[in-house]
Parts: sequence; structure tokens; C-alpha cells
Amino acid sequence: MSNPAGLKYTKTDEWINVEGSTGTIGITDYAQDQLSDVVFVEVTVSVGDQVKKNTTCATIESVKAAADVNMPVSGKVSGVNEDLPSTPELVNTDPFGKAWMVKIEISDPAELDGLMDTAAYDEYCKEREH
Amino acid sequence: MFTPHTEADRKAMLEIIGAESVEDLFQDVPSSHRFPKLNLPPALTEMEAMVELQDISLANESARDLACFLGAGAYNHYSPAVVDAIIRRGEFLTAYTPYQPEVSQGTLQSIFEYQSLVANLTGMDVSNASHYDGATATAEALIMAYSNFRGKRTRVVFSPAVHPHYRATARTYTQGYDDLEITGDGPDADLDAGPEALLPLIDTTTCLVMVQYPDFFGRIYDYTQLIQHAHSVGALVAVAVNPTALGLLRTPGEMGADVVVGEGQPLGIPLMYGGPYLGLFATRKDLVRKIAGRLVGETLDNRGNKAYVLTLTAREQHIRRERATSNICTNVALIALASTVYMTSLGKQGMRQVAELCYHKAHYAAQKIDAIPGYSLCTDVPFFHEFMVCCPRPVSEINNHLLEHGILGGYDLGADYPQLSNHMLVAFTEMNTREEIDALCEALEEVSHV
Repeated sequence: MSNPAGLKYTKTDEWINVEGSTGTIGITDYAQDQLSDVVFVEVTVSVGDQVKKNTTCATIESVKAAADVNMPVSGKVSGVNEDLPSTPELVNTDPFGKAWMVKIEISDPAELDGLMDTAAYDEYCKEREH
Repeated sequence: MFTPHTEADRKAMLEIIGAESVEDLFQDVPSSHRFPKLNLPPALTEMEAMVELQDISLANESARDLACFLGAGAYNHYSPAVVDAIIRRGEFLTAYTPYQPEVSQGTLQSIFEYQSLVANLTGMDVSNASHYDGATATAEALIMAYSNFRGKRTRVVFSPAVHPHYRATARTYTQGYDDLEITGDGPDADLDAGPEALLPLIDTTTCLVMVQYPDFFGRIYDYTQLIQHAHSVGALVAVAVNPTALGLLRTPGEMGADVVVGEGQPLGIPLMYGGPYLGLFATRKDLVRKIAGRLVGETLDNRGNKAYVLTLTAREQHIRRERATSNICTNVALIALASTVYMTSLGKQGMRQVAELCYHKAHYAAQKIDAIPGYSLCTDVPFFHEFMVCCPRPVSEINNHLLEHGILGGYDLGADYPQLSNHMLVAFTEMNTREEIDALCEALEEVSHV
């Protein structure tokens, strides 16, 4: 699965899709592939929370590991994906679509400049394959 | 057998570290304190020591030697011989869940059976593999509720009629939780009030409401309304139970409880200086990821055979130590096994019969004690096998007198509740004969006008 164009990426393998001042956050195909079968997702923030960049917004457990999902940028939570706890396998089958985790109102758009674009993230994934 | 180091071993080790003798290693201790002369009697042989220890042990008076009416959380029940016979088998006689658990299918199966029985008895979806005792299980319920709301709800409402030791242990466990506040059980709490007294304390900052069933004073309350109220503001409710009573009473699960904890000692575990006992912990399916400790599941292996595995444990020490709800994952597997054998050998009918015997003996005793001049039952709330008695004299004096008659008297409530000086908590089980209860009443009457 290729990394969609137009998204921004973090070094810890989260993506953020920015539409106006709203950002939608999830984990990448590379991340789900590393985790293998995801068995549990818990979004640890609620609508209305102010959440800082790099803090945990969700935790994921797979059959072989557990991992935190971190906020790529700071913002106020405007939505959480209620479907994930009952269908965690969406993280494996549709990481860039139905398995979105958190929506936020971005509080400092300048923070987006520190993230990778698709080409840079493609390169970053490739480097780690060796 | 313990094998000490040989002289050659010591010499080799001293050479490596460059010391002349073992004594050299203690040079930092001032010389006057280094090898003090101890005032000890001459050493005994093993045989002589055994004789002396046996002499000393004859001074013990145990619940087997006395007529026991002491309860307050640990009860003198009959444990069928099969319980001891099974837990003494070498395959089971280890205190720990093995580190490579799936190798020990028998141990895992016994824990799975335990979990199934506890879930059934409490009316809950899932039980963990157990905790140390009722007090630590209570503390784990509190920690789980706090973690469930990720620090957004910081208040716990404790009924003052939860066992004082459980409340103290919960406070010890949560010392590091700076914003956690435990309310409801302060010195001005009304001990005569029922669960409705807790309602005004419960709000949207409450993570957990903790009650006991039957409560510490033996009283039986229906917590359905309390639980409904707590749920209406989003709080969880934990109920500490006496498992014996659940042979007869409606389960907390039927009342809507989110968590059930309890002291499992009444399930065939002898009174043994306070432990090891057994911490029961059961909850609803949707909270299963938050429970501390181990959980065994049943599945099929790749050949289609039934197999047991540790399950849903990623959160605990295997992977996420620093993020786990609780790092305490020790369970008392051998004691849990004892309770499993106890419950299995009694069966549903047997559990009910034990509960009924306890109930009827306590009610026979209550009627008789209430009729003794100077003594009275302090409550008209329904009770199970334990109740509070208002006494005409300090409880310690009464208990000394009872002991002279070979009777182990009740629990002195004044120590935990200053307003209850001269109040004794007495417990009755299937072990108490009618003759013992009559003897207790006679002795109580005697001591009231000494």
C-alpha cells in the first residue's frame, strides 16, 4: 500500500490529513505492517480535550506488541473514531481511511512544517527496510 | 538442602577482589560493633529444638480448640478433606504462575476453572486469576476505576461500612496518586445510615463508589438504586462481597455492579494468622482490558484440541510496564485452587446449604443474645451471619471472660470506630453447634453482672 499524497507524516509513523483548520490523525500502513494483527485500540482522549504535540492520543495492541499513537501537532479534539474499539482490524485493512483515530482543530499550523511530506516519508520507510 | 560455599570457593572469590579474609570485608563497621558477643543460650540439636518448639506451640489456642465467634472478614468454615489432598499434589504445590505459562496446561486449566466459578458466583462476565486478599483486590478496583477515566475523575466514595482494613490498604496503595480523594468514610460518617446516605456524595467527579455486601457489620442492603444513581452520573460501582453469602443472596451482577471484589478465604481456606488468603476480582466484559493481574482463556490449538493460554495481557508487565493500570500481577494460585476445589466439591446446592446454615445459626443466636439483660442488637436491618451487639461492658473484658470458658469472642469494634466502643461484632458459621451458641449466651449473661 502506498502512502497517499497530500498527507503529512511523523517519524513515529502517524499521518495527519489537514482540511482547513481540521486535522484527521491515524497510523500509517508501515506502522500497521510492523505491528501485525491489531487486536485492540483505545482512543485515550475525548472530544473537547486540548492535547499537545507528541502526547499520546491512542494506544494500540497487536498480537505481538503494544504501541502509543502520538499527536503530530497540538490541537483541540473535535472527534474520535467510535468504531475502532469494536473493529480494531480496520487498522490493518484500511489504515489511511476507516481506521482514522482522532480529529482535531489545529491550534498552531506552524507545527505542521516540522512534519514530512509523502515523498520524504516514502524515503524514510525505504531506509528502514534495510 | 542448602549448600554453602566451600573453603576453596571463598578463597577463589577473595583472591579476585583482593581481600585477605572475609573479615576484611567488614572493616567499615566500627570494630566495637563488628563482632559483638551475643547473649545466647548454648546451641540446641535439631531434636532438642523440636521438643522446645512443640512445648511453646502447646500454648496456642486455635479456632479448632475454641468455640469461635470471631469473624470480621475471615471466617471459620469447614474445608472438605479433598481440598487439602488436591492442593498438596506436587504438580500444584507452587505459589507462582509459571513464567512460561502455556507449558503448564494443568495450572492454567485450574485458574480458568477458578475464574469461571468466581464469575458465576458473583454474577459478573469475567474474573481475573486472583489477588493477594480482599484488601488488595479492593485497592485494585480503585486503581482500575481511576485509570478508566484517565485522571479526569478523581474522587472515590467509600461506604464507612467497608472493612476498615480494606479502606486502609486502598489508601496505602494510592499514596502516589496526588489528586485522588477518598471521601464518605470520615469519622463523622453515620454508621446507621444505609446506602442512600452516599447518594449526595456521588457526582461527575466520582470515578468509583465502593460498598460491601454484606457490609462490615453483617448488614444486607440492596444496592440497585445506588448503582443506578452512580451510573446516571457516569461513575463505576464496586461491591466487596463475602462469597459464602452469595450462595444465598442475589448477586452484585444482578444489581448492576461494575466490579466485584472480595475476600475468598471463606471458600475452604483455613484461618492461618491472616494469610495467605485470596483476593477475588471480577468485572464486566467491557472493562476486561483494564483489569490488573492475569487472565486465562480457553482456545483451540492448531490441531483442534482444547488449550489454555494467558490472554489479554499485553497491557501488563510483558510489554507495557510503565503504562499498565497496575503492575501487580501475582495471583495466589494455590489458594485459588483450594477455593476452586471447595466450590466444586460443594456445588451449587452445597454452597447454598452452607449459607443457609450460617444464616439460621446467626439468627438463632441473635434472638437469644438480644434477650440477655444488658445486651441488644444494634440494628433492625436484615443481616447474614454476623451482627453487632451493644454490650454492657468493654468488649475486651467480655472476651477475657469468654476465653476462660473456651470461647473465642467477637471483634471489638471500638478500635476502628471510636463511636462503637462496647460494641462487639459476632459471627456464626456452620461450624458453630447449638450447644456452643447456648454456651456463648450463658457466658455473656454471666459476665454482664460480674
